Amino acid sequence: MSRKIIGPFSRVEGHLEIDLNRNGPSVVDAQVNSPMYRGMETILLDRAPMDALTIVPRICGICSVSQSVAAAQALAKLSDVSPPKNGQLVTNLVLACEMLSNHLTHFYLFFMPDFARDIYANRRWYNNALRFQAQRGNAQAEVLDARNRFLHMMGELAGKWPHTLALRPSGTTSTVHAAQKRKLKTILTGMRRFLETTLFGCPLNDMLALKSRSDLHTWAKEGRGDLSFFIHLSEALSLDKMGKSQSVLLAGGGLPLENKKLFKQGIFKEQHFAPLPVDKINEDISHSFMAGATMQFPQNAKNDPDLDQNNAYSWCKAPRLGSDRCEVGALARHVINGHPLFCDLYAQEGSTVKSRIFARAWEMAFLVDAMENWIDQIDPNAPFYTPFTPAQNGQAFAFIEAARGTLGHWIGVEDNKITNYQIIAPTTWNFSPRDQAGQPGPLESALEGAPILSGEDDPVSVQHIVRSFDPCMACTVH
Amino acid sequence: MSHTNALWLQCGACGGCSMSLLGYEGTNLLDAFDSAGIHFLWHPALSETSGRPVIDLMIDIVSGKTKLDLLIVEGTPLLGPNGTGRYQMMGGSEKPMITWLIELAHKAKYCVAVGSCAAYGGIPMAGDERLEATGLQYQSRQIGGLLGEDYRSGSGLAVINIPGCAPHPDWIVETLSCLADESLSAQDFDPEGRPLAYFGHLAHHGCPRNEYYEFKASAAEDSDQGCLMENLGCKGTQALGDCNIRPWNGSGSCLQGGYSCIACTMPGFEDPGSPFLETAKIAGIPVGLPSDMPKAWFVALAALSKSATPQRVRENAHSDKIVHQPTRKKATN
Repeated sequence: MSRKIIGPFSRVEGHLEIDLNRNGPSVVDAQVNSPMYRGMETILLDRAPMDALTIVPRICGICSVSQSVAAAQALAKLSDVSPPKNGQLVTNLVLACEMLSNHLTHFYLFFMPDFARDIYANRRWYNNALRFQAQRGNAQAEVLDARNRFLHMMGELAGKWPHTLALRPSGTTSTVHAAQKRKLKTILTGMRRFLETTLFGCPLNDMLALKSRSDLHTWAKEGRGDLSFFIHLSEALSLDKMGKSQSVLLAGGGLPLENKKLFKQGIFKEQHFAPLPVDKINEDISHSFMAGATMQFPQNAKNDPDLDQNNAYSWCKAPRLGSDRCEVGALARHVINGHPLFCDLYAQEGSTVKSRIFARAWEMAFLVDAMENWIDQIDPNAPFYTPFTPAQNGQAFAFIEAARGTLGHWIGVEDNKITNYQIIAPTTWNFSPRDQAGQPGPLESALEGAPILSGEDDPVSVQHIVRSFDPCMACTVH
Repeated sequence: MSHTNALWLQCGACGGCSMSLLGYEGTNLLDAFDSAGIHFLWHPALSETSGRPVIDLMIDIVSGKTKLDLLIVEGTPLLGPNGTGRYQMMGGSEKPMITWLIELAHKAKYCVAVGSCAAYGGIPMAGDERLEATGLQYQSRQIGGLLGEDYRSGSGLAVINIPGCAPHPDWIVETLSCLADESLSAQDFDPEGRPLAYFGHLAHHGCPRNEYYEFKASAAEDSDQGCLMENLGCKGTQALGDCNIRPWNGSGSCLQGGYSCIACTMPGFEDPGSPFLETAKIAGIPVGLPSDMPKAWFVALAALSKSATPQRVRENAHSDKIVHQPTRKKATN
């Protein structure tokens, strides 16, 4: 048995270090750490509640909008206001734009380049993987161009990305006139074309029509796009068995419109759906560089950094639902949505490198479809914002679905000053350290048994498994 | 042309500067760096390499074995707790990031702070004092920072600051490209190390709400089209940057998005002393007046322009869309 610390990781958002115990051809166990602490929540204390709209997006540059939307929703609940329909539509479009561009960036720039590494040079499929090579592969420039044209939607609706202030508790400061509606449609059509010709190699509707794992495999056999190449890789490298995470699936729900949500809230535990028991969400700091009670609830938690804590190895807290570790993300939310394709895929394969990556890619088709519908519903003559006075006292929380999964914000306000602000980010769930029972977090458990190829010092399987969660360490340790 | 070697490191960062960088347009980022001859030894978001080879690379730079032309830093250097730098260890190295930064900065031909965090400390400066947050050569407005007032890179220049939260990708890519072909010298930077090409402007220049500003026709609600300076915290007349001349993500800017400039390019923006989206006033007059404007003149001109405001401008200022069009001149015979 030997110990090995792997870091720094490129192509993950933020800082990551992994401490592996390895024995012969596989990983025995792992500890996950983000070696950086900024204390974002303490910045918010004693400030006016609306200042959260400026501070929280700056937790994270890659999913900045998701932080803005969660803060705006928590502030809306605090003040008992809601956006008019146009405001909700624009908020949803901006968030979906970020999710989709995040998924695209992750697949092409962060995840796929690992298959073009030298270690795979003698594989039959290697020449096809060179398209994804970091900085040099053809796909890299194509994707940057497509991504940037798509982000023009941010220029139209959010002013800029990252770090917008257009999203407010009661609507948006940006408005959309009739010609702009047309422009949004044009931008979206550009993304549809890119996905159809390059990623999926088929009409989006064909992707949305898949109902089972066998549908998926039939589609992939004839597929011409980059995603079917990934499915072939999954077979060649057994990615459908690699990095299995056995955790409760959790979704906070999100992208609401008129009492319906595109993503439902709930959990999937021991093959059963159940409502999310919000009051059971807690954070265990037994292995975190944090002083205070071992189990904390986000309504009244403290952030007191302390590098001298016994047993601590991570700046990340360990969120738990009761005592369960939970996995969040695209796969979790589509299982919880009850989509037949993902229910079947999850039942047969579980959460693995393959199913997590595929769910995220498939979701791009799903989002384009929803976005087209939202643009159509914008009424340029109706308001986008409702004037309101922020509440000066109270407590509230909000959940949204961000690119990487469920994001929760909890706020407490007294005399117009923030007295508590707690954030549980998606990767905080997925990359949590051990809890007081010694139970590893989802990634830590997914790394157990990871294969090590002969002669490997930094196992490439660890790179695949880590990135298959699309970690955002900036959010994780905020 | 010989390669310009670049190394990009992230300190206490949100990663937003790298994300903004990826959004470079005109050509894509990879072609732009190619055209400038910039070769990334390592970039955390773009490079294939992870783990030990990255640490080995940094060791080789420090030992002088590998030359480093551009050291580019994103995020806030964290000195805490108690000067140890342990709030940010460089992954895989068991060594604080600040120790690496100091060693690497003394080997680099140019040292570039990308974003307000690396330049001045930025958002983490507003939080827990135990972080001991700082910029590379400034701590907020105070010169010094991590590297000290006297620091000069191999080129003889102080740290080059490209502030903004996040900065425009053009500011980053063009500045790095000009450094690569050695077309910038000390005279191209202001006394705080900012490239004058962009930071010789105010965010106010090109503001889409210029007419409302001229007449002091001010917005009262967040959705109003009027000028955001008087009530809603806009600092565009005091913040450096060509933000409203240079479109963001195709066509945007903060003002195009309908919200105030929070002066994110300026040191100390993280702690305005009052809520970000409200204008601090004394006796009804904004505390922060436009750059270079004497207070008495501002007050006099504001009163005059308010009394001269056309009804069209006044009504549009309090609406979320244009309700009054400019009057068309009647055709004369």
